[in-house]
Amino acid sequence: MIQLKVNGTARQFNGDPEMPLLWYLHDVADMTGTKFGCGMGLCGACTVHIDGAASRSCVTPMKAIVGKEITTIEGLDPKGEHPVQKAWMACNVPQCGYCQSGQIMQAAALLKEKPKPTDAEIESAMRGNICRCGTYGRIRKAIKLAAGVTA
Amino acid sequence: MSTITTIDRRGFLGTVFSAGAFVLGAKVLPAAALPAGKADAAVFHPSVYLGIDPSGLVTVVSHRSEMGTGIRSVLPMVAADELDADIRHIKIEQAIGNEKYGSQNTDGSCSIRDFYDAFREAGATARLMLERAAAEKWSVPAGECKAVNHFVTHAKSGKKLGYGELATAAAKLPVPKKEELTFKQPSEYRYIGKELKTIDRDDLCTGKGIFGVDAKMPGMVIASIEHPPVLGGKVRSFDDTETKKVKGVSAVVALDTFKPPHAFQQLGGVAVIADNTWTAMQGRKKLKVEWDLNENAAYDSDSYKKQLQETARKPGKVVRTVGDVDAAFAGAANTHEAEYYVPLLAHASMETPAAVAEFKDGKVVTHAATQNPQAVQEAVSAALGIAKTDVTCHVTLLGGGFGRKSKPDYVVEAALLSRKLGKPVKVVWSREDDLRFDYYHAVAAMYMKAATDAKGRPTAWLQRSVFPTIGSTFAEGAEYGQEFEMGMGWTDLPYNIPNHRAENGPAKNHVRIGWMRAVANIYHAFAIHSFVDELAAAAKRDRVEYILDLIGPGEKLDIKTAEGKYWNNGMPVEKYPVDTARLRRVVEVAAEKSGWGKKKNLGIAAHRSFLTYVAVVVQVDVDKAGKVRIPRMDIAFDAGQLINPDRVKAQFEGAGVFGTSVAMMGEITAKDGRIQQGNFNTYPVARIDEAPIETHVHIVDSSAIATGAGEPGVPPVPPALCNAIFAVTGKRVRELPVKKTKLV
Repeated sequence: MIQLKVNGTARQFNGDPEMPLLWYLHDVADMTGTKFGCGMGLCGACTVHIDGAASRSCVTPMKAIVGKEITTIEGLDPKGEHPVQKAWMACNVPQCGYCQSGQIMQAAALLKEKPKPTDAEIESAMRGNICRCGTYGRIRKAIKLAAGVTA
Repeated sequence: MSTITTIDRRGFLGTVFSAGAFVLGAKVLPAAALPAGKADAAVFHPSVYLGIDPSGLVTVVSHRSEMGTGIRSVLPMVAADELDADIRHIKIEQAIGNEKYGSQNTDGSCSIRDFYDAFREAGATARLMLERAAAEKWSVPAGECKAVNHFVTHAKSGKKLGYGELATAAAKLPVPKKEELTFKQPSEYRYIGKELKTIDRDDLCTGKGIFGVDAKMPGMVIASIEHPPVLGGKVRSFDDTETKKVKGVSAVVALDTFKPPHAFQQLGGVAVIADNTWTAMQGRKKLKVEWDLNENAAYDSDSYKKQLQETARKPGKVVRTVGDVDAAFAGAANTHEAEYYVPLLAHASMETPAAVAEFKDGKVVTHAATQNPQAVQEAVSAALGIAKTDVTCHVTLLGGGFGRKSKPDYVVEAALLSRKLGKPVKVVWSREDDLRFDYYHAVAAMYMKAATDAKGRPTAWLQRSVFPTIGSTFAEGAEYGQEFEMGMGWTDLPYNIPNHRAENGPAKNHVRIGWMRAVANIYHAFAIHSFVDELAAAAKRDRVEYILDLIGPGEKLDIKTAEGKYWNNGMPVEKYPVDTARLRRVVEVAAEKSGWGKKKNLGIAAHRSFLTYVAVVVQVDVDKAGKVRIPRMDIAFDAGQLINPDRVKAQFEGAGVFGTSVAMMGEITAKDGRIQQGNFNTYPVARIDEAPIETHVHIVDSSAIATGAGEPGVPPVPPALCNAIFAVTGKRVRELPVKKTKLV
């Protein structure tokens, strides 16, 4: 039995401890905001926060998160009004939107660590998150908006 | 030619409207949209619907799929605007697959182009009927009643009734003829031309959007399918002993391989069924399958490339000819030759193919990430031997499409498995499945030759392309490009050259070939616009000045191809002319906005596709290690009228990134018939630091009618980028991806 906390709620899991957190969230816990993109930690669509750090849930087995606090896109802000989410909306970032949960979680973690990131820091933090629609320009803009730094 | 009729309320999405609702169906028959004599005309009858409840709620149906263009939010606003509906009382409903809506194939950059009139007429018709209903109630002339922002008012008496209050009475009126309709002037537009947020935006920022992979049906199981490693391969035998030991695996089921041509049929293979996706994937890893393979197992990209290139060096089928190219070459003092190559490419949508389906009582219900729910109905009904009308296809959000998801083989898999298992089945492809079993963008070899005069201007121009055709997906053994593939940037060379010939050589397919964002324009544009740059370089001329010289002063071209009329995206040239004045204009705007002439590290290309004119200027830096960085891209386009300029701009921004991926990194290869790439480590796509750092999209003011937006931004990007690389390094990239060429 694995004990964990997802978005502030205590949960238990008694399935295969090797199951990646992504599939626990998506299929078992029915929280579909976290997305499958590659299964190898290459694209960032599955990004969640584990004890506050941006992590790829597709390569994080359940056994590795015993007792940890998980935050998903559903729990980033109770009203969906985290500064990063508001900036994403203001910049009309999403196209298909599939990767955006991961992008937002990654950006939120970045701003927590570096409230005023430089261009290089933005690139370095975000280069693990692929957007095939190509919304990168607006992602840059939204991060700067959320950070209150001029574009 | 349009006709509008009221329809039976029960025939319309069942539960959308309450009793007494006024429901209007607009049925439009754009004969020009029909490929001559080929298609069942009925399938091409676009038909869109809007309805008004007595509560005043206006429901507009979006019959197009949402994969990121914003179309399901944008197109309904055309009807809402003409109706003068209050945005707070408008609901957008996603249509299920049904031919009564007309084509739902969200593909080919044609949603606005083909349905603008239908939605506008639907709105104008409803508005007129509401005004007439009010006039009847008040016993005043209809001409004195005016519908404004969800109310009909009579100025003289001060009377006023809401759309909802008039809905029931309006529904009883005869439907006006199209000649009776009036349309708003642009100055009166309430929503058209405004940058409204899409209905999905906030959900997509909060994880609430439901995609194909998120769809659920009660009692559903998950399938992960081991496909034959080679196209057309069959299961000889399989051993599932170890698979069945995996806790949570409930069944292992073989799927028959398609009967040629493969079209949208299932590939075949062995499906592992489990109660969650991960377990199904784990069980599949332990499967042992013996395959019967075919001649496609000999497919090797290296030798295939040589074959394509050899074919391209020999005379091919002539698809367009002007003047006498051979005579001009015979007498030419200067000639220039070049060969170009673009590899197989995969769509690589962020969401892999996924759909859930339930077969029950002889009928199928599916929730699918599909660009074309009617193709789902057709393919599933054919696979199961049931009627098309017994397939109900609900359309989820799509995590990208790019053409892949208008081919519903994965929905067919879900339906076949559900029938075998007697319960709903969700099929989820892994990234490896997606990249190894795609309907690939064709690999292509191009041969170009030109003779030039003293100023370096071409006096003769020969171009030859060779690629496996999309036709092979629908007709086994098809080897020549289809008219539409030739029409994409090949038979429409827009330059003023006295002697010109375009040819196409044969090629066999060994994998599934399909359309990907901008399709054949990608390799054709790469060859043509790189070659233009080569000729300009040889003549030591400014590229912008040279391109404008080739284009000429600007005219509406009358292109004659070997087949007769130029394809023109299936649309009449009278309505959508090939207008080189518009091509000139986008070149001029892109040049001006990019600072052309002031910087040395720029490259340019301009291309018309999907009836839209686009010029791209790319700025590149190449470091000492040969690493390319793109500080800036300027894209100028003329796509006619824009409904939501912000969403159109976003399409061009995205095209800049998509085109960068095509140019810089994309390559699918086969060895022994097996695709060698499997994930984003071996099939990279542009990341944030590899994409253009700044993209400036410039809308060229246009009074023309709406044309394509989703795709036409892509084709000019790879040649513009490679031309910029030449400007910086002097290295000519003739083969994509760029990483194949040593730059320093």
